[in-house]
Amino acid sequence: MAEAFSVVGKPLTKPDAFGKVSGQVKFADDLSLPRMLYGRLLRSPYPHARVLHVDTSRARKLPGVLAVLTGDDLPVKFGILPVSQDEEALAREKVRYVGDPIAAVAATDEWIADEALDLIDVEFTELPHFMSIQEALAGQGEPIHGLSNVHKAVALEFGDTDAAIRAAEHVREDIVFFEGNTHLPMEQHAAVAQYAADGKLTLWTSSQTPHYVHRALGKVLDLPMSRIRVIATPNGGGFGGKSDIFAHELVAAKLAIATARPVKITLTREEVFYAHRGRHPVLMKVKTGFTRGGQITAMQFQSFLDGGGYGSYGVASTYYTGALQATTYAIPRYRFEGVRLFTNKPPCGPKRGHGTPQPRFALEIHFDKVAEELGLDPVELRRRNLPSPDSQTVNWLRITSCGLKDCINKVVEGSRFLERRTSMPPGRGLGFAVSSYLSGAGTAIYWNDMPHSEVQLKLDRNGGVLVLCGAIDIGQGSDHILAAIVAEVLGVALDDIQLTTADTDLTPIDLGSYSSRVTFMAGNAAKAAAETVRDRLFRVVARSLHCDADELTARDHRIYRSDRPAEGLTFAQAVQLAEAESGVVTGSGSYTPPKLAGPYKGSGVGPSPAYSYSAAVVEVDCDLKTGEVKVPEVWIAHDIGRAINPMLVIGQVEGSVYMALGEALMEEQTFRLGLHKFPSLLEYKSPTALEAPVMHTYLVETIDREGPFGAKEAGQGPLLPVIPAVANAIYNALHVRIDEIPITPEKVLKALNDREKRVGPKSVPAYTFPPLIKADVPQAWKGK
Amino acid sequence: MSIADKVAVRLRVNGEDTAIMVPPYKTLLEVLREDLGLTGTKHGCELGECSMCGVLVDGKPFLSCLAMPLDLEGRDVMTIEGMARGRHPHPLQAAFAELGAAQCGYCTPAMLLTAKALLDREPRPSREAIKAALSGVLCRCTGYLKIFEAVELAVSRGADG
Repeated sequence: MAEAFSVVGKPLTKPDAFGKVSGQVKFADDLSLPRMLYGRLLRSPYPHARVLHVDTSRARKLPGVLAVLTGDDLPVKFGILPVSQDEEALAREKVRYVGDPIAAVAATDEWIADEALDLIDVEFTELPHFMSIQEALAGQGEPIHGLSNVHKAVALEFGDTDAAIRAAEHVREDIVFFEGNTHLPMEQHAAVAQYAADGKLTLWTSSQTPHYVHRALGKVLDLPMSRIRVIATPNGGGFGGKSDIFAHELVAAKLAIATARPVKITLTREEVFYAHRGRHPVLMKVKTGFTRGGQITAMQFQSFLDGGGYGSYGVASTYYTGALQATTYAIPRYRFEGVRLFTNKPPCGPKRGHGTPQPRFALEIHFDKVAEELGLDPVELRRRNLPSPDSQTVNWLRITSCGLKDCINKVVEGSRFLERRTSMPPGRGLGFAVSSYLSGAGTAIYWNDMPHSEVQLKLDRNGGVLVLCGAIDIGQGSDHILAAIVAEVLGVALDDIQLTTADTDLTPIDLGSYSSRVTFMAGNAAKAAAETVRDRLFRVVARSLHCDADELTARDHRIYRSDRPAEGLTFAQAVQLAEAESGVVTGSGSYTPPKLAGPYKGSGVGPSPAYSYSAAVVEVDCDLKTGEVKVPEVWIAHDIGRAINPMLVIGQVEGSVYMALGEALMEEQTFRLGLHKFPSLLEYKSPTALEAPVMHTYLVETIDREGPFGAKEAGQGPLLPVIPAVANAIYNALHVRIDEIPITPEKVLKALNDREKRVGPKSVPAYTFPPLIKADVPQAWKGK
Repeated sequence: MSIADKVAVRLRVNGEDTAIMVPPYKTLLEVLREDLGLTGTKHGCELGECSMCGVLVDGKPFLSCLAMPLDLEGRDVMTIEGMARGRHPHPLQAAFAELGAAQCGYCTPAMLLTAKALLDREPRPSREAIKAALSGVLCRCTGYLKIFEAVELAVSRGADG
């Protein structure tokens, strides 16, 4: 019998692979236009200060300088979320972190532009600055925005958690801290803007979200969106760090308009640290009630987020720190309270796992401790609290497929976790953790009823297929997913597919490469578009073969009768027939996620058409003298739904494990006296090839009923269980608890010498959360 | 900038001799990218820490962001654009493409050239030797495993093509 699929499920070479290995692919900074100028941004040297006066007269006189901008040239505020329009491209009245842009120049070369920045005179009045959650809440001095440093506070409850915890047979509370860190894409952000003689603006930018940049340009520049074209260039790594709207994008555009010449702005590595939008530092308190047998009866979760100087995605980030607890475990009663504070640091935002690695860390080390107290092994405790497939969580999130049980079995068996964990050699330990993640946010960033992803196809008469889609490949392989799905449906090969992506003039909308949404949503749109075109071809071929359309198969460049494969046409003949009949063969498809938000305020963050699941076992090798922790081996299983290309999925899983290990053991973005301690690659440490562990990756396929061919996400979920598994492994090795990320050698040594054998926060600040929004509990959870 | 501020630089890049006038403070990285149009070599950290700017000079890995072109006259510079033989990719390039060792592709040029220098020196390296040789080139996407596997695949096929 023939295989079910000819492209889907195969480890094929992705369409952009040879462009990448040859160095031919053009990243934004590789672009160069005739008469192009170079733009640079003047950034604040103070963490919090009033801008009294910006004098650009000396800079304007420097030969080679063609334009100088200040905040007054770009006065319209913007922000990625409609509720947080709090940023200015160039600060007008106040700067809120070291690195906040104030002015910009365009010059004939970068050296002149840099020199011009030195000639801009800015008068500041310094204000007291807030560099931590505690300082922001204490509020000594002028708040960073408005009347208070509290950006967003939320309080939700699903059922009576106090009563359930009072009635619980076992209760534990933990306080945990996760320090911030940054994406560190190897490619610095870059943008090239061109303002043509006809008044059309084009921006090439290294962005994960060209559609949102398009909208922001229209708003800030006050231009109709039809006069703006945004082309996202392949991202040299994103990880969430290029999914916001950045000052340099707006400024490059404005400078191009001001000079009527192309302008390029490429951030320096130091500036990338200031652009940030990375992992929020989060302080958390988790309290869970259990039965003696280890079943959860209720959970109360509090999070305090250190947001940095602006809103960015922060409202969503805040909700995400409380959203996915109940998709990972069956929790009958749940309370979440979260507060995000403004601080005088670069704005935090979404980094791989957006708002969920921090609570995941808290939850999984909490459960490790609970298991020990209850006399259960940590795997058994999870097994007693698994969510069910086709269920609804207490906070109204709909679960379709769930392969968590299989994921657990794979890593536990593969690592022989249960047999080995009690007999590890000195300094060695094994840790275990699980997680879940979204396959795309169920709601768009701005309220609208339109599809989240759209694909158009145009077939040429030789059988080639052009795929047009707004999705941008950031290295995750979205180009391949689009091509593979279309090729599969139409029965052609990957080589027959041409891709034009992420160009707002040419491609229909895809909301962007964030929230692990592209395979699921653009994949579904591509499938729908291909099926539309295939149906048209089937109709003409059926007439030609005197059969019904549903008797036909498209495969191997042919459309033929399923029961009599010899009878058929080549794919190109079928296209020609259709074109002769009614003109150019095109088709489109769209994907709109089902409306899944629950009946309460704040229910828009968390719903996803499907959740992925992961489980990990990590082995550590700890040096008792130096406190250094090495990770020789990792076992990771991921419920992918279906792997459209298993090689690319494994690449996402391995990359997630790597990034998790960096966060767990070394990466941190910390500050001293208002200054970023290490905005350079000399000091910001990340794992090298030498730190790469042996990884055993297991893909679990649950064939999700709503995913394209059953696929779910792979790009973010597998990061989540690895960080807590490292901490749990260190406990297994050394009997110390490091309740704080990153787990540096200093912390390990400190814990070894600590009376309680623990390093971590001891309390959360006194803060009164808003009154709880008491939401109804779904029917299935009533009485439980 | 007047022509008097520029210096004449003769470079041999990918086997081709070229002569250009550039400001003397421009790094090899900048000259390759901006004056010779060889944008396959990338900026990364401007400090010699990440190796995105890696090229080969006389066959050895070399950080172009820390080098001045005037110092390299008479030396052989190879960039990613010179790695394939005409239209035939180098076996390392083919292996990287086939195994998904290039995700975003930004570190890929330097990673490939560094791997080539290793294989030219040591045609059958161990996994540990591959790790050590590539440890200076940062990659944020892959977790490095697919890169190691691709180097090993190229070795198994005979990396000299």
